[in-house]
Amino acid sequence: MSTEFLVQLKGITKRFPGVVANHQVDLTLRPGEIHALLGENGSGKSTLMSVLTGLYRPDEGEIYIGGQRVHFRSPHDAIKAGVGMVHQHFKLVDTFTVAQNVILGDRRVPFIPSMSSIEEEIAQISSGYGLAVNPRAYVWHLSVGEKQRVEIIKMLYRGCSVLILDEPTAVLTIQESRQLFANIREMAAQGRTVVVITHKLHEVMEIADRVTVLCRGEAVATFERGGFSERDLALAMVGRDVVSKVEKPAARKKDVVLDLQDVYALNDLGRLGLRSISLTVYGGEILGIAGVAGNGQRELSEVVTGLRPVIRGHILMDGVEMSGEGPRGFIDRGVAHIPEDRLGAGLVPGLNAVDNLILKEYRRKMARGPFLDRRGAESNALDLIGRFGVRLSSLYNPVKYMSGGNLQRLLLAREISSEPRLIVAVYPVRGLDIAATEAVHRLLLEQRAQGTAVLLISEDLDEIFKLSDHIAVLFEGAVTGVLPAAGADAEEIGLLMMGSRKTEEQAV
Amino acid sequence: MKFGGGLITLEKRAAPSPVMAVLVPVISVVLALLVGAVFLKLTGQGPFPIYMEMFSRAFGTRYGLSETIVKSIPLMLAGLGVAVAFRMQLWNIGGEGQLFMGAFAATWVALNFPDQPAWFLLPLMFFAGCVGGGVWGLIPALPRAYMGVNEIITTLMLNYVAILWVEYLVYGPWKDPQGYNFPLTAKFSAGAILPTLGDSRIHAGLLFGLTIAVVLWVVFNRTRWGYEIRVIGDSPGAARFAGMNIPRNILVVMAVSGAVCGLAGMAEVSGLMHRLQPGFSPGYGYTAIIIAWLAKLNPLAIVLVAFLFGGLQVGGYIVQTSGVPATMVAMLQGSVLFFILGGDILLRYRLRWRRPPDTTVKGKEVGT
Repeated sequence: MSTEFLVQLKGITKRFPGVVANHQVDLTLRPGEIHALLGENGSGKSTLMSVLTGLYRPDEGEIYIGGQRVHFRSPHDAIKAGVGMVHQHFKLVDTFTVAQNVILGDRRVPFIPSMSSIEEEIAQISSGYGLAVNPRAYVWHLSVGEKQRVEIIKMLYRGCSVLILDEPTAVLTIQESRQLFANIREMAAQGRTVVVITHKLHEVMEIADRVTVLCRGEAVATFERGGFSERDLALAMVGRDVVSKVEKPAARKKDVVLDLQDVYALNDLGRLGLRSISLTVYGGEILGIAGVAGNGQRELSEVVTGLRPVIRGHILMDGVEMSGEGPRGFIDRGVAHIPEDRLGAGLVPGLNAVDNLILKEYRRKMARGPFLDRRGAESNALDLIGRFGVRLSSLYNPVKYMSGGNLQRLLLAREISSEPRLIVAVYPVRGLDIAATEAVHRLLLEQRAQGTAVLLISEDLDEIFKLSDHIAVLFEGAVTGVLPAAGADAEEIGLLMMGSRKTEEQAV
Repeated sequence: MKFGGGLITLEKRAAPSPVMAVLVPVISVVLALLVGAVFLKLTGQGPFPIYMEMFSRAFGTRYGLSETIVKSIPLMLAGLGVAVAFRMQLWNIGGEGQLFMGAFAATWVALNFPDQPAWFLLPLMFFAGCVGGGVWGLIPALPRAYMGVNEIITTLMLNYVAILWVEYLVYGPWKDPQGYNFPLTAKFSAGAILPTLGDSRIHAGLLFGLTIAVVLWVVFNRTRWGYEIRVIGDSPGAARFAGMNIPRNILVVMAVSGAVCGLAGMAEVSGLMHRLQPGFSPGYGYTAIIIAWLAKLNPLAIVLVAFLFGGLQVGGYIVQTSGVPATMVAMLQGSVLFFILGGDILLRYRLRWRRPPDTTVKGKEVGT
């Protein structure tokens, strides 16, 4: 029953409410190969691997392992069949030792395990693949790289022959990544199959024997080692859809509204999240920020709304220095914010629409001394809901029961009605259907026509091309290029997104 | 939720059920009474006559009713106090300690200015009670606001400190020399005693409670600050986004919460005990938590629920004479909270019975 392929996925389709995450995806894995799964965020890589590891059950399609059809009910079943996954967020118990973590949940281990023999076995595995880690060490002592090795050892200990690593280098330093790649090569050399989920082109170039590219939930291409260039990958990944152009009058260049000068900021891990960002947004202009998620978009949006402090450089709003200000200072200067996390930041889930619509005005227009202007808040809500076409069952239900599109309309209604100078819109149409997307885009363009400056952060290149006047590309916290949207082509942007700064001559 | 073959599933409701919002507290009380009935039966009592007697004695007679109101005063004040913090999702379990510290501070004023008239002493004691409880609420708020230290543990622990501090005083330095060695302070002077209603024991603490309930209702529902509390309580992320100062609000809310609880202590010593003595609160600060929850943190509802719980306590004391242990009241209160918390899920979910899903083929062991 030896087949060329160890694992075969045939026609996998997985739907979530309103989204098709995977559509008729085929994927094959050979024994002993390093297979990269490449795609932008939201392209369906993680969903596909969750199907393979038993976390999700596919709506359609078949999984074969070693030529036999399998139905996984849980990750446990997948591990029994030899398929294990190392997730981006480690699932380790800090106060346990490495050995205790490795056997955690392993049903083969007897009720009273012999820790010394288990530790010995772990030591053998770790020396066999160069995965240096002390089995007796407590996990809270370990570095991120070491924790990852523990996760890998855990899967090897359970006899997994197919290892899936989800964005393994996202949390690693360069040295740690190099070490990891050496480990991966060693595992492959010893006959294990390693799948690396990634959106970084250079990693694919460095280690993959084969690569499958996913775009919008479909497997668009599979390349063999030697049969692809960085550019092929970028093209396949970004897709070659004709960009839908909307009629928009040329931007009326007005005054500078937002000016970032050599801005540095830390990310949540305390490392540099933004390096030397210099950007200018004019009134009546949309500046699109392109880039693969996680390259500083969140930090940028937080810095220009006062939610994240700047450690170096200047932020000017209408010429006024803002770098020491908090969110309130930015709000008072006319910065509107459509955040990535609608229900976690932009709206208060447990409060009703009336209360949510005064979140920015409760200490200005809606204040009557220490009291709130309740009548004003109500008529404000009725007015905005009518004007922006928000559908509600009642003004007084908590907004968490509303649909995504309506939530976004509600949020936009509030932010736009504050008559802002600058709108910072982060993934403004994520999760919305076509009609809602169009409505949001129309609103942003209307604002642009009225002379508002718009900073649009999106991972959807179509959206960026459609709306922007200028496009800036972020990669690893730095701007790799700013170009006018008219005349820019997707390939060039795609390469800038992958960090190659000097690609102009390649792209021609 | 899975039972056996996955028979009961929870379905999220599209909107919280308004019917359940009323039904759950009512059913909880009924179920708690049923649980109590089982235990009464076990001790050889007839549950129904006992409940009838509790009810009629607590609400049916002039004396019983006035005692019920007297009992409801500290419950009401402490309930309002903890509700302030609960509104912002700050779990102030320290109502009891804040109540003791309020009583302590008010007593300090009464003992040190025995010759002052009421118009001077009572406002000062009112103020001292608020400060005593407020500071006791503020202490755990500081590490919470600036370091994220869990306030449940710290507020709870500070209760013991406050209770033991008061015991130390009444057994030691503050013991009344003329008190035949009982652990009591001297009786307050006339100027340090709250006026009462007619010849009953109902004192002006009731007015504090009713006034604060109305004030808090206005603050919660009509003011910008109340709005901030609601936003921060529901979503700290959104509060930050809107530029609200969360640490400062934690400090203010905990201080106010403690101050109102402290006022409960002041009212007890000044209105009822007329002196400080150990154990003057049979756990009002804890019962207050149940009351606040039962009232869904609505200040006006807290007044009503405190009245009912006051009656429960009075009824409990009275039926002791027929051999029912007083701890039964604590048990009933505990059961009510238990069912309320359990029933809350029905507001947001509905239970649905399901057949077990089709048996699915298990993953096969495959050699590689």
